[in-house]
Amino acid sequence: MSADAVQDKIKELEERLAKVEGNRSNMTMVLFSGDFDKAMAAFIIANGALAMGKEVTIFVTFWGLDVLKKPTMTGAGKNVLEKMVTMMRPKGPAKLPTSKMNFAGIGPKLFHYMMGKKNVTSLQNLVDTAVEFGVRIVACQMSMDVMGIKREDLMDGIEFGGVAAFLGSSFDSNTTLFI
Amino acid sequence: MAKTTLDLKGMSCPMPIMKVAAAVKKGASGDVFEAVCDDAGFEPDVHAWCKETGHTLNSLTKAGKDITVVITKK
Repeated sequence: MSADAVQDKIKELEERLAKVEGNRSNMTMVLFSGDFDKAMAAFIIANGALAMGKEVTIFVTFWGLDVLKKPTMTGAGKNVLEKMVTMMRPKGPAKLPTSKMNFAGIGPKLFHYMMGKKNVTSLQNLVDTAVEFGVRIVACQMSMDVMGIKREDLMDGIEFGGVAAFLGSSFDSNTTLFI
Repeated sequence: MAKTTLDLKGMSCPMPIMKVAAAVKKGASGDVFEAVCDDAGFEPDVHAWCKETGHTLNSLTKAGKDITVVITKK
């Protein structure tokens, strides 16, 4: 191999190494669940990863969209089925059910009380902190279309995308979680 | 070298480590940070955080529930 060829090979390997090392900084999550406890886990991990210097993307789909809803969201301008879904689903972090011990809505109140006593940060606070410090939140446009959720129904500071947005982020990550 | 003191008592996961990360991020290389926390999960968290981020954990002392760490920014 000539000296030039060796130089080229070294350059190529350096570029590949830089790419691999760069990828280490990313973490991707799918938040599919709209359960309060699971959303708590997702946003605690997201904020923790942020503190450890990682770039974090949360792709929010299906029931997970409940977490991003503004409490003021209404069924105005939606068809009958969309209005029904809007009415029946919780809107925002304060209204979510728990995956266990929900007891028709009493469970979450109990957990909010117990977590408050132990000084655990609220889900709303964790979501706001995540967005403020640069966690990328991507809402699934397809699920939004299916359930008649408009962009203005969801919190500010988020992006919208499809499966490729999730996969692109996941391929660049060394950790991907489905919650 | 500036020294910053952080009172993280009464906070629970993930706030203590987020506060440490935010403070260290603002500082300059060589700056020292002393943090006191009474969350039992703080000890393993600080070890993992320092290992991952490359900042130096100079000391970790325990008195009762309080865990005091001294970290130097890399």
